[in-house]
Order: sequence, then structure tokens, then C-alpha cells
Amino acid sequence: MKYAASFASGRLTVYLSGELDHHEAGGVIRTIGELIDDNMPRECAIDLSGLRFMDSSGIAVIISAGRKMRTLGGRVYVENPQEQARKVLETSGIERLIAVATHS
Amino acid sequence: MKEQNYIKLEFPSKSSNEFFARSAAAAFAAQLDPTLEELGDVKTAVSEAVTNAIVHAYPEEIGRIVMRLRILGGNTLEIMIKDFGKGIENVEEARKPLFTTGGSERSGMGFTIMESFMDKLRVRSAPGKGTTIVMQRAIRLRVGKR
Repeated sequence: MKYAASFASGRLTVYLSGELDHHEAGGVIRTIGELIDDNMPRECAIDLSGLRFMDSSGIAVIISAGRKMRTLGGRVYVENPQEQARKVLETSGIERLIAVATHS
Repeated sequence: MKEQNYIKLEFPSKSSNEFFARSAAAAFAAQLDPTLEELGDVKTAVSEAVTNAIVHAYPEEIGRIVMRLRILGGNTLEIMIKDFGKGIENVEEARKPLFTTGGSERSGMGFTIMESFMDKLRVRSAPGKGTTIVMQRAIRLRVGKR
């Protein structure tokens, strides 16, 4: 599991790559929480383009980031999931709560 | 259905074994010539079942998890994940979407994903004795292959 982050114009983008499962989820939740605390963004995008695999632990990560952003009056977006992650997102129904977008 | 091949693995309920378990399952399933999507479905379902055992069967200790994969007739993959831990009080409730006792690192979507990614899912559990999950998924035979 690897991370990268960028911050510009009030928008924090967190790039996740590798495989996100329960073993990794706690660390990812803490890291995203710290990035939000440090940057105080209006929007937080979680970019999944480098994520080869995620299970329902990824849903917990996104929900946790969403909860944190709501306390700041901001929002979370999910961007560029690969096919496997997209299917998990769809099955979970999280798209009713959090926007999932693909940018070409 | 007749068994054509199988593997049986046992490992301790350490979260670092989640990656191992789904990778081993994918490597075994590869002989059925699955599509990338089918392989992703198998990996996801195994990851959910093994994580459930790690988080819920053995919350305070490290215990044994057995994973058995079988290839049955009709190009069907059967996955069994068995633990000897706490067991589930109410299986019907545990299978409901968003139901979780696992805290903020869990989403309560594990069973929903297993059900939706597999063709069949059976859960047998007794409090204090452990839980066995058996899932089946037919891997489609593709034209032009084999």
C-alpha cells in the first residue's frame, strides 16, 4: 500500500496504490485523517487509479474520510477506480452517498 | 458434483495473511481460465471471508483458519473458509447489509459482497464452535479457449 497526496486551491487529493484490505485499512484511515487535519481542505478526492485491489475495507476508508470532511463542512469524492474497485463500490451502494467519478 | 482438484491451506488469523489467502485462491483458480473480472470476484470474496474470521472469530487471540478450494464439475470453483473461533450468534442478522460489530475499520458490507460476487453462499455457525463459509462460483467457459 502506497500513498501520495497533493493540495491545491482548497482541494486535497490522496492517491492510493497497491492493495487495500483490512490489514491496511487502519493505517490508511489514520493517514487520510492526518492529511485532512494538516491541510483543512474544502474538498477531499480519493484517487484509486493505482489501486489494484480493494475489498469492503475500502468502503470503510471512504466512509471515514467522508465523516471527517463533513465535520469541516466539506465533501469527499472518489476518483478513477479500476474495474475491481468499481464493482465493490457499486455493490456497496456507497455511490448514493459519495460521488464516484472517472476522468479520462 | 465431482471433485477434480483441490487445495487445503491452514494459516493463523493474522491480518497479513489476507493478502496471501486471496492471492493463493487466485493462483489456484487460474487453471479454470477465468476472466480478470471473475478472478477479481474470487479474490474479493476470499478477502471478505478471511477478514471476517480474523476480525470476528478471533477478536482477542490468534486462531486457526482453514481454506479449502475445490474445482467441481461444470467449471465450478468452491471456496470453503473455516474457523474454530467465537461463532456467530445470529447468522441472519450478520448477513444484513451494514450490520457490523467490527468498529470504524469495517463497513458491514462483507456478506453483501460475498453474496453478490458468488453464485452460492452457505454459512454454518455455532457460538463457541466456529464458522464455516462455503461459496461457489461457476467460471464461464469461453469460446476459443481449451
